[in-house]
Amino acid sequence: MTPDPVSGVLWVPPIAAALLAAIPAYRVSAIVNVVASGIALMFALLLPLADRPGAGHLLFVDDLNVVFIVLNSFVGFTASIFSASYIEHELETGRLAPMQVRYYHAMFQLMLFGMNLALTANNIGLMWVAVELATLATVTIVGLYRTHQALEAAWKYFILGSVGIALALFGTILVYLAARPSVGEGMDAMVWTTLVAHAKDFDPSLLNIAFVFLLLGYGTKVGLAPLHAWLPDAHAEGPTPISAVLSGLLLNVALYALLRFKILLTGNSHAIAPGPLMMGLGLLSLLFAAFMLYRRRDIKRMFAYSSIEHMGIVVFAFGMAGPLGNFAGLMQMTMHSLTKSAIFFAVGHLTQVKRTQWMPEIGGVTESHPLLGWGLVAGVVAIVGLPPFGVFMSEFLVVSSALARDPILAGVLMLGLLLSLGALLLRVTDVAFGPVKGPAGPVKAAYLPLFAHLALVAMAGIWLPPPIVAWFQHVARTLG
Amino acid sequence: MHGISFDIAHMLAGFLVLASFSMLYQVRLYALLNVLALHAFVLALSVAWQAHIQDAPHLYITALIALGFKAILIPWALRKIVFRLGIHREIEAVGGIGPTMLAGMALVALSLEVMLPVTALADPVAREDIALALSVVLIGLLTMVTRRNAVSQVVGFLSLENGIILAAAGARGMPLVVEISVAFSVLVACIVVGIFLFRIRERFDSVDVGVMDTFRGGQG
Repeated sequence: MTPDPVSGVLWVPPIAAALLAAIPAYRVSAIVNVVASGIALMFALLLPLADRPGAGHLLFVDDLNVVFIVLNSFVGFTASIFSASYIEHELETGRLAPMQVRYYHAMFQLMLFGMNLALTANNIGLMWVAVELATLATVTIVGLYRTHQALEAAWKYFILGSVGIALALFGTILVYLAARPSVGEGMDAMVWTTLVAHAKDFDPSLLNIAFVFLLLGYGTKVGLAPLHAWLPDAHAEGPTPISAVLSGLLLNVALYALLRFKILLTGNSHAIAPGPLMMGLGLLSLLFAAFMLYRRRDIKRMFAYSSIEHMGIVVFAFGMAGPLGNFAGLMQMTMHSLTKSAIFFAVGHLTQVKRTQWMPEIGGVTESHPLLGWGLVAGVVAIVGLPPFGVFMSEFLVVSSALARDPILAGVLMLGLLLSLGALLLRVTDVAFGPVKGPAGPVKAAYLPLFAHLALVAMAGIWLPPPIVAWFQHVARTLG
Repeated sequence: MHGISFDIAHMLAGFLVLASFSMLYQVRLYALLNVLALHAFVLALSVAWQAHIQDAPHLYITALIALGFKAILIPWALRKIVFRLGIHREIEAVGGIGPTMLAGMALVALSLEVMLPVTALADPVAREDIALALSVVLIGLLTMVTRRNAVSQVVGFLSLENGIILAAAGARGMPLVVEISVAFSVLVACIVVGIFLFRIRERFDSVDVGVMDTFRGGQG
């Protein structure tokens, strides 16, 4: 009997979390963390191939969430490899105590569990609970260092995230109310597959208000401006593996929730079109982040703003909808996850060796640490959307579909892209080239995750395997 | 048939809005915590009443959680924290009680204006309950915005959350309400433990979040 991949994806992380909470030795727990994430990845890779069980009241698998689960598990796995070497360094320098590391590892797996549960949920209530779980787990990790800044970041994330989540729940209740007359009372009115089938009969005005709450609630977690205030702090002050996972995964999970509700609204012809709202917020985030990038001096904070920028582009693309817009959105999201986490892998090791996140005190890293330095440069070249990397292709797709829709929109989009390109290149040249600043000691870095991600992004820019293209095109059509 | 039971449901929900309002003008933390306990107590009554008229026994669990956890345990824990942090004598500048109350009224008007027309098709209990619940949510947000003290921000969040539980209980037949209130309780417990664990007092010598902002490393 072959194991069921869905239960594999869902059971491995919580079991690993319990195990990690019980293991005191940090070396062993780092290995367990990697192995558990690896097993979860194997199960996730089986998902597209395996027979799908029918949609239940709680869980289901379809073409859309498979994309998210595979991406999530992959980045979760590479982040766990990076985390192992990162944590070892933190222990050696005494920034973290073994007890904190034990806690950190358990929370890491708990967070992966929350995200996988949110992605496989076929129930708007269960999804909400899962997103809350993932948020709580990340909050506690963000405050791990117990410095003023870390505590402030965790508190801010806590309060803003909780308010966002509360608003999302209110929206969820309203969706239930809208669904109840046509679907009937009870569990059925919270099940995605049933909701989508009956969406055309829902009360449109109730659905509209619900979507506003959901957009604000889950949008807070996506990091859309003006709801982004928690994001730069949480990225800058938490351990770097978590910055990578936040940018690469958690933002995507919140986005996934938004997309599901968007499908619901598109299914109802009398409801407002969710597209323009999403496009507006997306463009606002892009422009806002592009301008904010120029003033950054903290390297992790800078890349956090770049995440806001990219989530803005992704939400904009999904807002445009249509097969091309959705395809571009999916591509952009995937490329951003891979590239941004690669950047954070490089940045994590660099800040460890330089003992600062302050960019004016870091310089010439391509000279002092060639592999890391050039890895960072490659990552930045990729993230700003220069060829030959995959982000170039996906941004090109977003711009061209915007152009087909409205040249003014495309103009604003281009402006945001160019501004952030300028800002990031400007800052990174100072960090990467020029005279060596800061300690130049040897570094024990995990290069595999960094270069595996970069290689994937480079490959995607040159040649995308046809099955992936076909899969994405299919998903893009189902997104409507 | 339902005349009186509707009226009682609306009265209790109205009480909740009233308690939210009285939160807006409390300047002493202990008084604020007392109002919070009252708020949760009214919520418990309200949810229990919904359980009765909807004939939904699982809602009694939610009511019990509201009573035991939110009306007794949390205010007690917060009281301890306030005492331990030595801020029980402090008087908090809420910043213009008049304008805040006016803003609160505007928010109630807004939520009635928004929710009543769109829920016209829903059953009458849910209809007005949702509108009042939205008022409680918005006033909770207002409380959070007007306060600068971490403890009173948490109190604002708790009242916001009570409003959401009221909405969930009012939505007839909604599944997972118990699970959701448990999940929320976990969240709240984490927040309360968080204030304590993060030792905001020790780290910042103040629970004034305005002071916390200054630690952000030169705004980098």
